[in-house]
Parts: sequence; structure tokens; C-alpha cells
Amino acid sequence: MELAGARPGPPFTVTLDGDEIDALPGQTVAAVLWSAGITSWRGTRGSGAPRGVFCGIGVCFDCLVVVNDRPNQRACLVPVTPGDAIRTQEGTGHDELG
Amino acid sequence: MSKRLTCDVVVVGAGMVGAACALYLARAGLVTLVLDRGPVAGGTTGAGEGNLLVSDKEPGPELDLALLSGRLWHDLAAEPGIGGAVEFEAKGGIVVASDAEGMAALTGFAAGQRAAGVEAQVVDADRLTDLEPHLAPGLAGGVRYPQDCQVMPSLAAAQVVRAARRAGAELRTGSAVTDILRAPDGSVRGVRTTGYGDVHAPVVVNAAGTWGGEVAALAGVHLPVLPRRGFVLVTEPLPPGTVRHKVYAADYVADVASGDAGLQSSAVVESTAAGPVLIGASRERVGFDRTFSLPVVRRLAAQATALFPFLGTVHAMRAYLGFRPYLPDHLPAIGADPRVPGLYHACGHEGAGIGLAVGTGHLIAQSLTGGPPDLDLTPFRPDRFTGAGEER
Repeated sequence: MELAGARPGPPFTVTLDGDEIDALPGQTVAAVLWSAGITSWRGTRGSGAPRGVFCGIGVCFDCLVVVNDRPNQRACLVPVTPGDAIRTQEGTGHDELG
Repeated sequence: MSKRLTCDVVVVGAGMVGAACALYLARAGLVTLVLDRGPVAGGTTGAGEGNLLVSDKEPGPELDLALLSGRLWHDLAAEPGIGGAVEFEAKGGIVVASDAEGMAALTGFAAGQRAAGVEAQVVDADRLTDLEPHLAPGLAGGVRYPQDCQVMPSLAAAQVVRAARRAGAELRTGSAVTDILRAPDGSVRGVRTTGYGDVHAPVVVNAAGTWGGEVAALAGVHLPVLPRRGFVLVTEPLPPGTVRHKVYAADYVADVASGDAGLQSSAVVESTAAGPVLIGASRERVGFDRTFSLPVVRRLAAQATALFPFLGTVHAMRAYLGFRPYLPDHLPAIGADPRVPGLYHACGHEGAGIGLAVGTGHLIAQSLTGGPPDLDLTPFRPDRFTGAGEER
């Protein structure tokens, strides 16, 4: 096997619900969370059932998460930047409405 | 199929109108077959919002049909297993005016509707947010229409088809009607289909919606149904109660009534049982062009955020479009076609077909079983178009 020899840029940290986790440039939120062993970060609107990545390509809207106070971001699509505040999402993520 | 198909009535089209026709025909005891070249709700029905509105209709035959349909929808929704399954919500509508002039026009319009049997309550500006907490400040007032309702249109067509089948109707999808068969005296004797050969029936109901003109042409008659394209924006799911009624600006009524081929739009905002808010109601005559139009949905979004500023912070997940079946005088074609004995039409309801479907099906069944129809069908006569200078 011939390795590509990729050398990612210097690592940085983001937070999930306030806890720091390591990230590499170019990773999506989902990749960062998976790398940290976290597979679920949302509770569904009806029963609060746990959700994480399903399709992984931006189609199914299952991996929704709050990034820097914006709810309903697709974790599989959004790239992380240093210091991002990621939060788990319950329901619609719009408790301020209703 | 080696067995020759024979029935009392063939309904062409398994959208909401065809489904409702089949339901009332089957319940009237007629052996009914519903045919569609695609699936149930595969045309305009599956591409709308599910508005059951009286609020946008001026006094006249369409309003009478809407009021009849409203009563029938309530009856249907009360049947076991239907109301919840079709997401029927008697949520009421609120039409708002942005300035005093608009409010005066709206109040006058509502007074005329009240005289025609519509419940319409004037809401002062300072009371609007009691009804809709997130409405923009500074509106001049509104009118509340408790009779406006909502269903989820694809589910509604599917459940009404199911109810029709329970009443004995048969459904065959994926089979196009390629000809309407005529006896030597010119009367209907059936249809030719791609899937099932010739189907023999003395009556054909044209419920082909936006494609109703093509079905009419198979019988050699002119019915100028034209497509009017409408976009609907879908937001991310929001908490229940964020938008409580069907809310729209008074300009919508003028847009519906317009015959202009150019773009009209005014946002109609409503929540759905699943959570997303629908923002609808652009209208433009561009043929069957399915090209996505960013300017149109951008304008819808701007109008919706003018009504509900919080929508500016909410994502639109997607947009979809449908082709509303438009007849030049904005009235559907309902009833027997005097030019071809046995041919009936139930199409051309423009953007109101989900609501008007049940009244239409009921009237078609009445006219086929010889009873006096609940409404005078003269304004809906299918042969009212001469073909000259009407496509304004």
C-alpha cells in the first residue's frame, strides 16, 4: 500500500457542551465527534431518541447539531474552525420560539 | 389482462379531486375505477400546501363551493381514522393588512364575504399578537377566518382513495389513458389505457388536474386548462405553536384573481403537523418549466419574514414547485360536458383543489345519480370557453 503521506495542519480544540475536544483542520463536526468516540448528539423532536450520523452526505438531516448558537447544522457537512462551540441539540433547537 | 374491464364510471386522475370523485361515486353505489398514469397524488396534489381556504374567495360560485367543501371536509375528518391520518386541522386563517388603506379594503372584502356566509372577524392591530405572538409589529390589523382549515395533501388523497376503495372503488396506477372511446352516436363508451387495454364504461370523469385539457382533447373537446407555476418554501422544523394559523398578507387575494402571466407572489405562512413551516404561493405562467427560480423563492422568503421577522433566523431546508391547473376565468370545470354525452369534468381548481375537491366529488356524484345538485353548476359549465380571446 502506498500511503498518501498527508500532513494535516496543526491541531486545535473545539468544545462540545463546554468540554474541549481535539480537532484537525478540514474535519467536519461529525468527524471530530466520531474521533472523540461520540456517536450521538441529538434527541429527536418526538421521543428524544438519540441521533448521530446516518447518511453522512448531507441528505438525511439526521446528524443535526448546534454550532456557535445556530441549531440544525448538519454535522456531516460543517467544517470545524478553532474554538467552535458545539452543543447537543434537543428537539427543534428553537426553544426560544413556540 | 385478459379479462375485459367494465365499470359504471372511470375517473381519470388519482389526485385529490379524482380521489374525492371516486369516494362519493362509490358511496352512491356506482362501480368506479380510478386510473392514473403515475402514482396517487403524483401531480399537482403532491406539490401543494393543503389549504382549505374560504378567506381568499370573493362572494360567488367558488366561495359557495368552498363553503360546501368545508362542511364536507369536516364530515370526512370526523370519520374513524381519517381526520388524524390526513393531518386535518381547523386552525383558521388570519389575513393581515400592512397599512390603513389595505385594512379598509380588507374589511370591506370581509363584509361582503360575511353576507355570503363566511365567518370573518375583524382583529384590531393591538390584538394580532394575542392570536399570533410572532407577527411583525406595526401591522394595521387583520381579519380572522375560523373556517380556514388545512390537510396534508398527499396523505389526504391517499386516505380518501383508501376510503373510496373500502366503498368498492378500484384503483389502478401506472396506466395512462390514451383515448376516450366513443359510440357511433358520439357518447362515451370507455377509455383506452396503456396498462389494461380498453376499459368499458358509459361515463368518464376527467379529474386530470393540470393535464385536464389533454384528457378533454382525447374526447375532441376544448378545455383550456393552463399550468400556473407555484413555489413553496419549507423551513426546518419549529416548535408547535410558533405559527398558529394560516397567515397571509391581503395582497394574496389580488394575486389569486390576477390573470397576468407574470410573477405574482405573497407569502402564505403555515405550520405543519411534522414541524416545518410552509411558505407558499408564488404564481406565474411559464408553461411546464420546472427550473428552480431563486428570485421567486427569495421574494417569498422576504415577504414571509416581513410577516414573521423571526423567520429571518430560520433555515429554509428546501423548496418545491407545482403546476396549478388554471382556467381563464379562475373557476373549475365541474359537471357533464354537453358536447360529449357521458363525459364529465372535475378539474381546473387552480391552487384551491385540495379544499374544493370534496365539494366537487359530491356534486359529480349528485349529477350522475340524477339528484338535484347542492349548487347550481352553470358557472362551472365545461363548455363555457369558446377558444377565442379567453387566455388572458
